[in-house]
Amino acid sequence: MSTSYLLKRADFIFKNENDWEEVLSKSISRPPHELINELISSELKGRGGAGFPTGLKWKVAAEVKSNVKYVICNADEGEPGTFKDREILSKVPFKVLTAIAICGYVIGAKEGFIYLRGEYTFLKPELLKAIKEFEYYCKEIGLDFTIKIFIGSGAYICGEETALFESMEGKRGEPRNKPPYPTISGYMSKPTVINNVETLAHTYTIFKYGSKRFYDLGVQYSRGTKLFSVSGDTPKPGIYELELGMSLADFVEEFGDDDTKAVQVGGASGFLVPRKRFAETNIGFQGKLVGISLPTGGSMMLFNSSRSMYNVLDNYLNFFAEESCGQCTPCRVGCQQLLRGIKAVKRGEKNAQYLDKLLHLAETMQITAKCGLGQSVANSFSSIVENFREEMIY
Amino acid sequence: MKPIIDLIKELADTHGRNRESLLPILQGVVEQERYLSEYSMIEIARELDIPATEVYGTATFYSFLDYRKMGKNIIRVCKTITCAMKGEMQILLAIEDMLKIKVGETTPDGLFTLLRTNCLGLCHKAPAMLVNSEVYTDLTPEKIREILTMYINKKEEELNHVN
Repeated sequence: MSTSYLLKRADFIFKNENDWEEVLSKSISRPPHELINELISSELKGRGGAGFPTGLKWKVAAEVKSNVKYVICNADEGEPGTFKDREILSKVPFKVLTAIAICGYVIGAKEGFIYLRGEYTFLKPELLKAIKEFEYYCKEIGLDFTIKIFIGSGAYICGEETALFESMEGKRGEPRNKPPYPTISGYMSKPTVINNVETLAHTYTIFKYGSKRFYDLGVQYSRGTKLFSVSGDTPKPGIYELELGMSLADFVEEFGDDDTKAVQVGGASGFLVPRKRFAETNIGFQGKLVGISLPTGGSMMLFNSSRSMYNVLDNYLNFFAEESCGQCTPCRVGCQQLLRGIKAVKRGEKNAQYLDKLLHLAETMQITAKCGLGQSVANSFSSIVENFREEMIY
Repeated sequence: MKPIIDLIKELADTHGRNRESLLPILQGVVEQERYLSEYSMIEIARELDIPATEVYGTATFYSFLDYRKMGKNIIRVCKTITCAMKGEMQILLAIEDMLKIKVGETTPDGLFTLLRTNCLGLCHKAPAMLVNSEVYTDLTPEKIREILTMYINKKEEELNHVN
């Protein structure tokens, strides 16, 4: 068993620091390229799940010439099993607001938005209060920047960045073709930096303590800390900030109930890891030399041996079939066919070999679907069907 | 309660008459009316000077913008995996038993509509539900009865107030 990376707890994001005014005024007195370099050398990667280098994103947006640019904070946290962004916005809103404003300063944007999912509408009054105070201070130090809240209306797909723009523009939340990427043409076809709530909160840490402090945490290719939303069959569900690069075995030892059968890493669009693979699986971005690395938006759902993996998969597929935007055929039809397929196998209307056909369909979706939703259905589908085939049949 | 036409005008004054203001306006109407009637969608289209089909197309995409008549309080019980594992079914049964309606139905007095919804982001406090935009977590059948009674009492108080 690999025990090279024990769980290392950290406390940056939720640390109660009342110094956002200082961090903001200090940061905007530095030249933008210096701040970008700080981010690049910290090797911070997007914490929403996709893991795009944040410094690079800001750099591209800063270099594009345009009179109007936007900064958007993606708080459309819809992935099953994640709830960290809600906690960040309710506990340390000023860190996020400060980071949005610094990003605006770096790329040359005057407007920022928080796209808050409809389910989190209850956060709006407190956030508005914080924004008012924040904008007041911005005016005081001569920073021309405003932040608005845009509320979603219960669509998972709007967490996809281009679908989010469509939604903000008053349209159906259907993803666009990429390229062009948001940094070139985003909201209202203007250069836009769109970052996850947690990513922005980490930039606050980096600007405050310097990139080295952040870089020294975690492992190669996966630097820094990450918030993990732990739920399911665990005695201590909740949100934990841990260094990246830990082994799943260590994680389960800490959070499991001694009967953990499998862990879903990265929510319904992530991977299911069975017990026999805990030791060789690490949590972090791709690129480590030993073992398997699984990136995650922070959703960790534990299942113990009392759970039927068929029910779990059935639940996921229902979720995807409902949340698919319906724009491209592989995803619209694929999700429904996968769901009907596993039901038919379970009822004995199709033989067990039919599962192989379904796996093939999932693979086709991965290649042909337009956006991340359709492409990632195969992640959970294949990892569950391959590892718990007998549970799908009997 | 404002007449719908006045409400739409007011919302358009606040949010603007651009395409980008469509979603906030739709949300504003739903906040008061709980749903979007055909009439209100046509009026919104007129106010923003866009085709009514565009309004309908946009509105029907979003699961929180209902276009069927809803009750005054919309109950949305989370059905995604963790809540499902932690007793979503008992919660639904408790609600159905108390209100005598099934999922998707509205009580005859128009006070409640019962729906199921996807992940609310409250998995560590499962099972969870929303009533309008209020959050209720760590639910048990006993808690359900307390919560719903509170809403029923609130309605009676309002009635007494009017009388």
